[in-house]
Amino acid sequence: MWPAPHIETLAEDALLLRFGETIDAAVNARVHAAAARLRERLAGVECVPAYASLLLRFDPAQWEVSGAMAPHHRMGERVMAALQDLPEGANSDREIDIPVCYGGEAGPDLAALAAHARLTRDEVIARHCAATYRVAMLGFAPGFPYLLGLDPTLAMPRRSDPRISVPAGSVAIGGEQTGIYPEALPGGWQLIGRTPLRLFDLRAASPSLLQPGDRVRFRAIGEDEYQRLAAEARR
Amino acid sequence: MSVIVIKPGLLSSLQDGGRVGYAALGVGRAGAADWPAWRLANALVGNTRGEAALEFTLIGPTLRFEQATAIALTGAPVDARVGDQRLPGWTCCVLPAGSVLHLGGMRHGCRGYLAVRGGFAATAVLGSQSTDLNARIGPLDGRALQAGDRLELGVADPAPLPGSAGALRVLRWGIDPQPWFDYGQVRLALSRGHHFDRLDDNAQQALFKASFTLSKDSNRVGSRLDGQRLHLRQPLELISEATLPGTLQLPPSGQPILLQAEAPVTGGYPRIGQLAAVDLPRLAQRRPGDTVCFRETTLDEAAQRLAARRLRLQRLLDHIERRLDFA
Repeated sequence: MWPAPHIETLAEDALLLRFGETIDAAVNARVHAAAARLRERLAGVECVPAYASLLLRFDPAQWEVSGAMAPHHRMGERVMAALQDLPEGANSDREIDIPVCYGGEAGPDLAALAAHARLTRDEVIARHCAATYRVAMLGFAPGFPYLLGLDPTLAMPRRSDPRISVPAGSVAIGGEQTGIYPEALPGGWQLIGRTPLRLFDLRAASPSLLQPGDRVRFRAIGEDEYQRLAAEARR
Repeated sequence: MSVIVIKPGLLSSLQDGGRVGYAALGVGRAGAADWPAWRLANALVGNTRGEAALEFTLIGPTLRFEQATAIALTGAPVDARVGDQRLPGWTCCVLPAGSVLHLGGMRHGCRGYLAVRGGFAATAVLGSQSTDLNARIGPLDGRALQAGDRLELGVADPAPLPGSAGALRVLRWGIDPQPWFDYGQVRLALSRGHHFDRLDDNAQQALFKASFTLSKDSNRVGSRLDGQRLHLRQPLELISEATLPGTLQLPPSGQPILLQAEAPVTGGYPRIGQLAAVDLPRLAQRRPGDTVCFRETTLDEAAQRLAARRLRLQRLLDHIERRLDFA
């Protein structure tokens, strides 16, 4: 059995459930399981997963009872009750395939990463594509996924001079994490490739390609396929 | 059937109650920084559906109204005129077609709200007409107003305006800006955050005793506080977790940042305090150079004040609705 999360009242309308203090796949799986359970049982409560914690935001007016305890206490009690007998490791069964053109203009830091890891470029690509990742959380910018599951040999510190603009679709490594820039954004992660897929599209019914808890696989593609898929994505 | 932006003002954007429900995708709420002022501006023109209003900062825009409409100004007191006629805030003014509304500077406060009857017709993005300037989401592709912009007006229900063909009219009654605008710049109520205990002794005492100054680097994302630097007993490496408007963060520089309406959805800095939600509008009305002092509160007290404000605001909204008569 997992221990119950620690509940911290962040604000009058927000609780933070903390499941651990580290970036850890098992802890993060627990966060997503709790989010799924609470979305099902507590209608109208917004669940925002992070690596090791889950934010709940609610409308205090809906939880107010004259003379009774404050809404955040009532919400805390409901949450603890809802999380009893939470199954272990329940997770999204969606797996998203992300085609990536590695190296060259699309991944200007691939050579530096290979040198840092003492691997060939092809070995870096093979290891980056071998893993199954988990979308731990989205943040920094709309649709930016923080992915768990990077092969530790590919870890590399962020650049000392962040780029003013990283192109949309860039696949990057920052420390022990890998992620994808959904838009052109300033950023300090090491760029190893680029995907032609649109990660965040306000016109789509579901604007973010990736949802918290999803599994992700990377697949190496050549430049021709990149151009073909990019043309499709623009349509 | 629209409003033409002649001068945009310093920073003017459409804002409503915020983009709720997309934080898990990395999209924050944005929305009006001074929420009650936005809500009351709408009420004064008879809007009840959470319509977007213009939020302007320090210097307001100059706008030409192609059609007759009713407007209301709330928030920070601003010099407002149409031709030679000065317009008061916190009431309803009916402007004839072709009116040019000049909004000037503010003597106090930082943010004003201009609501128009029927709201603006900007397409909602992810359920909201709020402008997220940082993520560039919302009306005008998420940017602030520029000269030459044309904002389409929404349709009010019921539509007719009294004497809409005639001259400019100001309602004979208005509402008292107090307590909705904080002229006195009172101490802001702050509860201890999760990492308050990690502050060194000096910083723990200074937080509720020192007087900070709002930095010129402040914006809708956060208010930076100049003055005494606060330090932790020892550096703390944290993993990213959720942040909220009102969260007082402490970056390694020691200069605290109070997050505002456009707070990012996640952050990794120690959280040393949380502003009482009822004092968020007061924070939004502090301008660079203004003093910010804190008094200690608890979340229970903050929740009580929030519930009391909701009742008071609802009574006022009901009162306005009864007295307004557009029929």
